[in-house]
Amino acid sequence: MIYQLPKRARFPAIILSGMILTVLLGPLFFPHVYDLPGDQTYAPPSLAHLCGTDLNGRDLLLRILEGGRISLLVGICGAAISLLIGTTYGLIAGSSGRGIDNSMMRFVDILYSVPRLIFILIFINAFNERLQLAASSHGWDWLVGSSRIVILIVSLGIIEWLTMARIVRGQTLTLRERSYVAAARVLGEGYWTILWRHLLPNLAGIILVYLTLAVPSVIIDEAFLSFLGLGVQAPQSSWGSLLAEGASAINPLKGAWWLILFPSIALLTTLLALYSLGDALRRSIGEKGG
Amino acid sequence: MLRRLASLPVVLFCVVTITFFLIRLSPGGPFDSERKIPEAIEKQLLAKYKLDGPLLVQYGGYLKDLIHGDLRLSTKYRNRSVNEILAQTLPVTLTLGATALLIAVTIGVWLGAFAAARPGTFSETGALALTLLAISLPSFVLGPLLILIFAIKLAWLPVGGWGTPLQLILPSVTLAIPYAAVIARLLHDSLRETLAEDFVRTARAKGLSERSVVYRHALRVAILPVISYLAPLAANLLTGSIVVETIFHIPGAGGFFVNSILNRDGFLLGGVVIVYCVLLMIFNLLVDLSYRLLDRRIRES
Repeated sequence: MIYQLPKRARFPAIILSGMILTVLLGPLFFPHVYDLPGDQTYAPPSLAHLCGTDLNGRDLLLRILEGGRISLLVGICGAAISLLIGTTYGLIAGSSGRGIDNSMMRFVDILYSVPRLIFILIFINAFNERLQLAASSHGWDWLVGSSRIVILIVSLGIIEWLTMARIVRGQTLTLRERSYVAAARVLGEGYWTILWRHLLPNLAGIILVYLTLAVPSVIIDEAFLSFLGLGVQAPQSSWGSLLAEGASAINPLKGAWWLILFPSIALLTTLLALYSLGDALRRSIGEKGG
Repeated sequence: MLRRLASLPVVLFCVVTITFFLIRLSPGGPFDSERKIPEAIEKQLLAKYKLDGPLLVQYGGYLKDLIHGDLRLSTKYRNRSVNEILAQTLPVTLTLGATALLIAVTIGVWLGAFAAARPGTFSETGALALTLLAISLPSFVLGPLLILIFAIKLAWLPVGGWGTPLQLILPSVTLAIPYAAVIARLLHDSLRETLAEDFVRTARAKGLSERSVVYRHALRVAILPVISYLAPLAANLLTGSIVVETIFHIPGAGGFFVNSILNRDGFLLGGVVIVYCVLLMIFNLLVDLSYRLLDRRIRES
């Protein structure tokens, strides 16, 4: 499959699959004690702890791998939600008349220029406790522990769809002038059938490309929220919250540099791989960058 | 343009409404604490901060106060008004944001033009790879790394704080770098497109130097997408400065924003959001105006 990708996309794709596999399988190879608080606090990297230990003496490498699971999960699911909203919105805007299209896109413009992340911050804090209460009263145990992550995924999906909507709408505008769409219309096919059967399949490529670019944006947003202590919370961790811990641990007196360096490398590698993959794919289908 | 101006109050009204209800509907009040406050005192407190009565009446009262320019009192920093807090912290945030904007545009435009003027060379590939790297470096990664290198290992610059120009360097660079990369990529793509157009060929045929063709003629047209990107950029910078202020211990509005969420300090939170939105809207309007002016001038010439 890797050979079907354009040449420039292969290397990032390999790195990315490697990263996902490591994050999924890596923690299985660690002895259980590595996850527990130990007495070696702030130990620099050594053979026993390749990335050193943190404030509580836990192994940093293991925490990075476990944090990566959360970061990638939030990134992929959030991007999937943004895909759903963005594609639907863009399709409707692009295939409706000028008036509807104009006002729908004006709304996107407005959303682009308000600090969306700030509203999401308030939103998360307003609804997290409610969701938790609702979950425990219905006996949905799985949701009680991870309500914050669920709400993070949903809310990040809610704010990251704008670019997708713009692209899909632009593409729909050109596609709907094609003769096969006109033919379908002449044959009497309905609006939704044309959207679903004729427009959507031809948009699949470009949607996939922008999905690759939406994942890193969501990962960055999640890390941003977690860095402020308002996203993923203990005992769970993500790359953002690990970075926050690291940032609070560096000062001229005790230079626990590994707490910053290794989570940074993990996040940077993933983002770089995702962005390069998206960029290579985009260029291969002849889209211009932005 | 007039329609745009008219839509401003509507958008602002929506912002205020959403903010108010999001805050007031969050569970837990600002005076919930470990120690139970006697009921009479709590009632008095609620009355003082205008948090009593039905929600809709509260909302109406808040709108009325806002129209008079009163952002009300903070419930955490007792006896300080939100106006007062913002008057102290907002200039800090705006200085940081404006500096970052300047850096992002300068570096971005320079790097984008540099790459676009050298198509197919190693310089172009290298510059584009560099921008990808920079986009993948969000401020909460870049900030601590820069502190580690320039403030702790090399000790060239202060670790944090606010007040001297030296203290402004690391935070504003941290904030600006990813967006400089976005601008560079935008400009590169639009410049490559412009350089393929007829008027550029004419300019070249007239025997103008490559330098003059790229920087004097093509850049003027190619800069337009960058200008329309300024509006979302400003929103991103304002949001991003929340993190940067935390990393570098800068006493700006961002820190108050984060604390006001944690303290359920509703009016302070609302004040920050509303003032941010007003500022961004004014900025958007200016960007829009200059875009139209530039666009018309380019078309006329």
